Amino acid sequence: MKRGATVYLYELAWILPSIAIPVGMLSALLVTAFGAGIHVPSTAGRVDPARLAETAPFDQPGVVQTGPLSYEVRLVSQVWSFTPNEIRVPVGSRVTFIGTSRDVIHGLFIPSANVNVMLIPGQISRVVARFDREGEFFFACHEYCGIAHHTMGGKVIVEPRS
Amino acid sequence: MSDQAAVAGWAERRLTGAHLLVANVALLGGILTGLLQGLEHAGFEFPASEYFLRSYYHSVSMHGVLNVLVWTTFFICGFLPFIAARGYGMPLASPRLGWITFWVMALGLVAAAVPLVGNAATVMFTFYAPLQAHWAFYIGLTLVVVGTWLVTWRLALSQRRWRAQNPGARTPLPAFMALVTMAMWTLASVGLAASMLFLLIPWSLGLVSGTDPLLARTLFWLTGHPIVYFWLLPAYLSWYTLVPRQAGGRLFSDPMARGSFILFLVLSSPLGLHHQVTDPGIHEGWKLFQAFLTFAVFFPSLLTFFNVVASLESAGRARGGTGVFAWFARLPWGDPSVAAQLLAMLMFCAGGIGGLINASYNMNLIVHNTTYVVGHFHTTVGTAVTLTYMGISYWLIPHLCGRVLWSRRMALAQSWLWFVGMLIFSTALHELGLRGMPRRTMISQAAYLQPGWSGLMPWVGVGGTLLFISGCLYLLNLLLTATVSRRAEVPAPAFAEAAAPAEEAPALLGRIRPWVVVAVVMLVVAYGPTLTRLVVTSQLNVPGLRVW
Repeated sequence: MKRGATVYLYELAWILPSIAIPVGMLSALLVTAFGAGIHVPSTAGRVDPARLAETAPFDQPGVVQTGPLSYEVRLVSQVWSFTPNEIRVPVGSRVTFIGTSRDVIHGLFIPSANVNVMLIPGQISRVVARFDREGEFFFACHEYCGIAHHTMGGKVIVEPRS
Repeated sequence: MSDQAAVAGWAERRLTGAHLLVANVALLGGILTGLLQGLEHAGFEFPASEYFLRSYYHSVSMHGVLNVLVWTTFFICGFLPFIAARGYGMPLASPRLGWITFWVMALGLVAAAVPLVGNAATVMFTFYAPLQAHWAFYIGLTLVVVGTWLVTWRLALSQRRWRAQNPGARTPLPAFMALVTMAMWTLASVGLAASMLFLLIPWSLGLVSGTDPLLARTLFWLTGHPIVYFWLLPAYLSWYTLVPRQAGGRLFSDPMARGSFILFLVLSSPLGLHHQVTDPGIHEGWKLFQAFLTFAVFFPSLLTFFNVVASLESAGRARGGTGVFAWFARLPWGDPSVAAQLLAMLMFCAGGIGGLINASYNMNLIVHNTTYVVGHFHTTVGTAVTLTYMGISYWLIPHLCGRVLWSRRMALAQSWLWFVGMLIFSTALHELGLRGMPRRTMISQAAYLQPGWSGLMPWVGVGGTLLFISGCLYLLNLLLTATVSRRAEVPAPAFAEAAAPAEEAPALLGRIRPWVVVAVVMLVVAYGPTLTRLVVTSQLNVPGLRVW
């Protein structure tokens, strides 16, 4: 009986922190998601990948200014390139990426801005990023998309404000 | 425990041996491709040729399929029935069903392997549509999954037979764990099966012209996360029921072990969306919900950690160990089966924490599809699971062959070499991932190669080479054991007795069916709304492509 009780206490002494640790980490996560507003990609609609040439905004891929220090990048990916593959914005810009894929699954990964989103044929991806440092930053397709996957990339050039 | 020796007679032994043979042949292919990929990351040109590996990506596809689909699945389907028979203390139902299962899986493997080896299925083991492999690849993998269902069926038949002979008794812990593992997997594999049957197979055969990539991908990950618990739970089974006794101690708590397995049954499946945190077309609310469940499944892992460490502590102290941590050194480190599994556990501490980071919703934005993830799963499936299976093989193969292990020292060296090699390999990949290196990429040839990566890349090659040498030593040792080693009857290790025995557990912890119902409800709640929306709005309009 005494030994059984000891085992039980040990079990309890472990179970409580085992619950507290995940709950604590989850709380931290909720704070960053809703307090600091670090969101992940969500639903943004569908598009027919065979009709991108006739469907706005993918009929005119490129960088569009939508306000003071506010830009929209309309991004089309295909084997094995991004259109556009060079993006120029002034430092301090808030950039909305609206992207999709013309063929297989690709990914848009800009490590310097924590942009990490899949580009899936049939789906529209939408993410927002800020570029607060001047310089040239690479981006890459980070989903295997065929034999020349490693050649698929581009760069963001963050320029001084004119 | 004399009854344990009598069962798992030659019929079951041959069956297990057949599965293990296939598993280890697959592993040979897995480590060979792995070596070449590691060297590629170290800056050597990938030796593509039209006779064997056509490209780096052909290699990665083979590496993934052979290691995480074939090596694991065949090992598990050989190991779990063997353990269940010994746990029940009786032969399993229908050896004939066992052999049918093996041949279904073997046939499926051959069907999938032909296009895979022939570069007609260079789609990675995740086979994301609309990359389109040859239809035989999808049908073959589906047959392997069907084979695993037959294993579940055979265990369920055996459980019923045992129950009829032992009314009112608690199911023995090893058999309970084997059955829970297979029940969890069978439930979880419905996603993969649905994707194969309704989307990929008709599409690859040309019966429909297009498919829905996001729907296929979501169904894949519904199975693709629980599959890691399918790999892991047999390792846990060994850590709970065998290693404590092999090390000279007792299992700390049988009820807690059962409780953790039931939690894995309930919580393993409804959280695959954490692999799709960066996907469009899935609402972020459901991603957050499944991130929450991923944290919940950390709970039974912590219970396992406590229970296994407490069991090992009993062994270390029984062997004269003292102090708060010093007893750990007193464990039988000279026994390669124990040493390999202790090293696997150590590596899993890092792997488990890394997994939480990956699953942490918005933190996933930093690591998703980078080599950080590759570093992570080489500590988990690549070490916690693989090194444990190797440790099991060090007693199981001699037992099955009736020959002593050819070299204990080589086995010990192999285990340590795997551990050290993986430490180097995975540390380099974790750090490279944090510096923005994408995974599954022929990185030495990348258009965007970064100067900040070059210092670490050679270490990927160093670690990969050590792992390759270790893997070769393991396979060579088994080969020599099976062919030329001294003949002797090698007993399998007996199961550990529990300090807190099964009878102290609430009756509900001894049952499986009610928990399967809870698991189904969890799955429906977590996936129902998302899958319903994806199915209702699906457009089968994306044609298949072969772009490799």
